[in-house]
Amino acid sequence: MAEYQCPDCGYIYDESVGCEREGYPAGTRWEDIPEDFPCPDCFVREKPDFETINAS
Amino acid sequence: MSYSESIPPSSGQTLSAKDRRWSEIKKYWYLVTLIVPAVLIASVYMAMSTGSGQWLWTLAVIFWVVIPVVDYIFEEDPFNPTPEQEAELQQHTGYYKGILYIATALQWVALASMTYVVVAGEWSWFNLIGALLSTGALHAIGLTMSHELGHKLNDKGQVLAAQICSACSGYAHFNIEHNKGHHKDVATPEDPASSRMGESLYQFALRELPGAAKRGWTLEAERLKRQHRSVFSPRNELLQTSLITLIAYAAMTYLIGWAALPFLLISAAYGWFQLTMANYIEHYGLLRQTLPNGRFERCQPHHSWNNNFKASNLLTLHLQRHSDHHAHPTRAYQLLRDYADAPQLPQGYPAMMGLAMIPSAWRRIMDHRVVAWAGGDMNKVNIDPTQRDAVFARYHQPATTTPTAVAA
Repeated sequence: MAEYQCPDCGYIYDESVGCEREGYPAGTRWEDIPEDFPCPDCFVREKPDFETINAS
Repeated sequence: MSYSESIPPSSGQTLSAKDRRWSEIKKYWYLVTLIVPAVLIASVYMAMSTGSGQWLWTLAVIFWVVIPVVDYIFEEDPFNPTPEQEAELQQHTGYYKGILYIATALQWVALASMTYVVVAGEWSWFNLIGALLSTGALHAIGLTMSHELGHKLNDKGQVLAAQICSACSGYAHFNIEHNKGHHKDVATPEDPASSRMGESLYQFALRELPGAAKRGWTLEAERLKRQHRSVFSPRNELLQTSLITLIAYAAMTYLIGWAALPFLLISAAYGWFQLTMANYIEHYGLLRQTLPNGRFERCQPHHSWNNNFKASNLLTLHLQRHSDHHAHPTRAYQLLRDYADAPQLPQGYPAMMGLAMIPSAWRRIMDHRVVAWAGGDMNKVNIDPTQRDAVFARYHQPATTTPTAVAA
């Protein structure tokens, strides 16, 4: 499962964890996250800005 | 790399002995946040025990007169945490959070005390206006606290405290709308909470108050939909906060009397307006440019108006270090830094809010600052569409057209 990080605040989207409070259950793949998904902690950066930190 | 790191805060400078001393004692000065509701409680106690209604004006006078004067005297805050100081500050996070938790409880005590005294005493209309303005100032500081708490979405305790704090002035949608709406769309025409050049405070209020409420509800509805829950689910955070308000206001009305209700509602509405004033001055005219791919450029330090005065920054939990806040909304208030090259307001928020109430004076002070910020190119400014032609006719003089000066 891959991990993607917000370049501003360091929030990590981990596919195996998902983001339950924003409505993305554990296991939601990064490609299924909408393009306008903002970082759920800082809301400053969006999906296209996220950096891949663990693509395995 | 994050741009904030590229802007050296004052840590690079050597501080004078006086400034060093300030950086050591500043942590105690954050207790101002507790003093605000405590002053209100003390002032209503004095009003009740002396029968003198002028006491009800106390907090309003502190907010609108004392703070601007103290700002004028003490001016800039030289303390910007260095990375070492930042690490040190982060070891005492509990202290800074604790202030906010206690202050949240005191906000409610202060609101109940004021409401009780307003209803129980015999006051002139003049002093009742003072009570209203003081409660509005209390709500304004309360919403500043709620703002600080509500940004810490990775800390459940602070998120809950933010809801309790917003409920005090009945501004349930604030924490949702502010983070997911305002911070995402700030300094763009799409944001109802970013003011446009040429737009008066009152025109802005008519756009911002309903626009923000609508956006808050829509965002929460969308979130619940993704979770496959009904919009009226108990998980609806907007409804949760509203419920706290409803129960608390009903309890106060039941215990204090019917006259409590209009006072609570009018002072809450005025509190919202005070927040609107803050929103009005924070991004006036500033615009993020559109990139070739159609997205807005990311929010950078030059997209917020700042002020680094000591007193008003303590009062607003460093909200006036607004560029750093928008660059890093999850940074705690005690860590926010001043950017020397960010757009500057000539005075702190309370004085600027007062100025905004007189639209012609506001434009006299601020419009030329926006023009200078944009380098005379009004295409780079967030302009009220109804004022666009007038603003262009008067100010548009982009630097690139200056070669004509060579002929002169």
